[in-house]
Amino acid sequence: MNISTQDVQHVAKLARLNLSSEEELVFTEQLNAILQYAEKLDGLDTEGIEPTTHVLHLSNVMREDEQRESLPIDKVFANAPEHEDGQFKVPAVLE
Amino acid sequence: MSTSKYETVIGLEVHVELHTNSKIFCGCSTEFGAPPNTHTCPICLGHPGVLPVLNRQAVDYAMKAAMALNCTIGDRSKFDRKNYFYPDSPKAYQISQFDQPIGEHGWIDIEVNGETKRIGITRLHLEEDAGKLTHVDGGYASLVDFNRVGTPLVEIVSEPELSSPEEARAYLEKIRAIMQYCEVSDVKMEEGSLRCDANISLRPYGQEEFGIRAELKNMNSFRGVQKGMEYEEFRQAEILDDGGVVVQETRRWDEGQGKTISMRGKEQAHDYRYFPDPDLVTLHIDDAWKQRIRASIPELPDARKERYATEYGLPSYDASVITASKPLADFFEESLKYTSDAKAVSNWIMGDLLGYLNSSNLELSGVKVTGQGLGEMIGLIEKGTISNKIAKTVFKEMLESGKLPEQIVEEQGLVQISDEGAILSIVEQVVLANPQSVEDYNAGKQKAIGFLVGQVMKESKGKANPALANKLIVEVLSR
Repeated sequence: MNISTQDVQHVAKLARLNLSSEEELVFTEQLNAILQYAEKLDGLDTEGIEPTTHVLHLSNVMREDEQRESLPIDKVFANAPEHEDGQFKVPAVLE
Repeated sequence: MSTSKYETVIGLEVHVELHTNSKIFCGCSTEFGAPPNTHTCPICLGHPGVLPVLNRQAVDYAMKAAMALNCTIGDRSKFDRKNYFYPDSPKAYQISQFDQPIGEHGWIDIEVNGETKRIGITRLHLEEDAGKLTHVDGGYASLVDFNRVGTPLVEIVSEPELSSPEEARAYLEKIRAIMQYCEVSDVKMEEGSLRCDANISLRPYGQEEFGIRAELKNMNSFRGVQKGMEYEEFRQAEILDDGGVVVQETRRWDEGQGKTISMRGKEQAHDYRYFPDPDLVTLHIDDAWKQRIRASIPELPDARKERYATEYGLPSYDASVITASKPLADFFEESLKYTSDAKAVSNWIMGDLLGYLNSSNLELSGVKVTGQGLGEMIGLIEKGTISNKIAKTVFKEMLESGKLPEQIVEEQGLVQISDEGAILSIVEQVVLANPQSVEDYNAGKQKAIGFLVGQVMKESKGKANPALANKLIVEVLSR
């Protein structure tokens, strides 16, 4: 699998990253190197093995439907650059 | 309008909030209407390093909903991250399900114009709700309330098998009824616990390929769903008639303007880059679990409708209307503990009760009348204690005060007069006062009797037993 510069531009756009053209080249190269390394896994025989999404042998980890205390409102906004009337304030996304 | 040349194809995505006590991945309350951001914590605010833990009740409810929609429940299910940037989502991803939803391949039957049609359900998956945005500063900023973030939702996706706005509405109403019967959600469109997006396209009759679709959002009422789609049918037909091409885009239904409006900036194809959520492990759903949930599914609307027809002999139309709402169907059955006349109960529900609710835009929970009240009132009519006419007054009072009919009749002195002597004296007065009608009657005009009975009812303030009044008038006139 090969990553093109266009792929990098697309992913950067989705991730809201502004990359210079030099950076696009650097990341294209690095991402390809990472994928090539991961391709070593293709050498393994996975016949009859179910796709694995977690390495832990755990399933059905759940909690009971019980309420717990929420954060006090001053702590809710502790990391917020801006808030107003008990709400986070953010630049509008045009629709 | 020229939609007749085209076949409409609609698929709906319905979101239903599950009414758990706590959120899907944390212990914050899901209560509606709390002060903004007071039901939030590091998990639902998407702080780094937190660990979401799945709410068992949310999974149970989602399975129950899926089974009630005739879906197959997979043996395995998992959660995936759906990545997108939008300020209503604090993590920049939504935890949802991609390739292993809770349920797939379901169906429901809808009824439009007396015909039953089966609509396929592609899938039902579990996910978390997003926050709520309010636009301020002339549209340059938004305020964000994250109380709703993390409320468990099921998304129900239909096959593109709905052929008209009317069918789409019937489908949505059926989904609502089923969710209500299953008691997994309070399904209030006005509070957003039931929401609906639609994909709608037109194609010339006979064409197999689908036309280009528009996605329709913001239809916040059953009426809005139907109106929004009717507008969209019209809009797309006009474009096609002019030889144009429908743009694939998201459009918002504007109730005030009565039209759909393009939402700019959403043209780019979605690329959500789903991947398995590393914080949430796989669900293995074994047969015992499935059995336990299946056993908890109550009688559903279609079965109840069928039973009302066979057990009580209700006409199919009455049965559909009454069973479309669980509280209404429960009210009907409660009434029948106090009277055996199911058709009379149905008539009062379909007429006076629904008439009142519709004209005052209320739900059944907004009025005080009880099933016992209606059942007992019908008993009073049968016994002749009150007339049908008086019963209307009694019913109105029950709607408002919730008092039982006997108390109302007693307090307001509404007991029907069935004493012959008392009615006779009124009849004699009325006959004396209306010589013209007497003459008409003697000339063979039977209608004159009706007028005289009306006068007796008026004189007695509606309390005279009408049958008795009729009989006595005939007697007096033939003297």
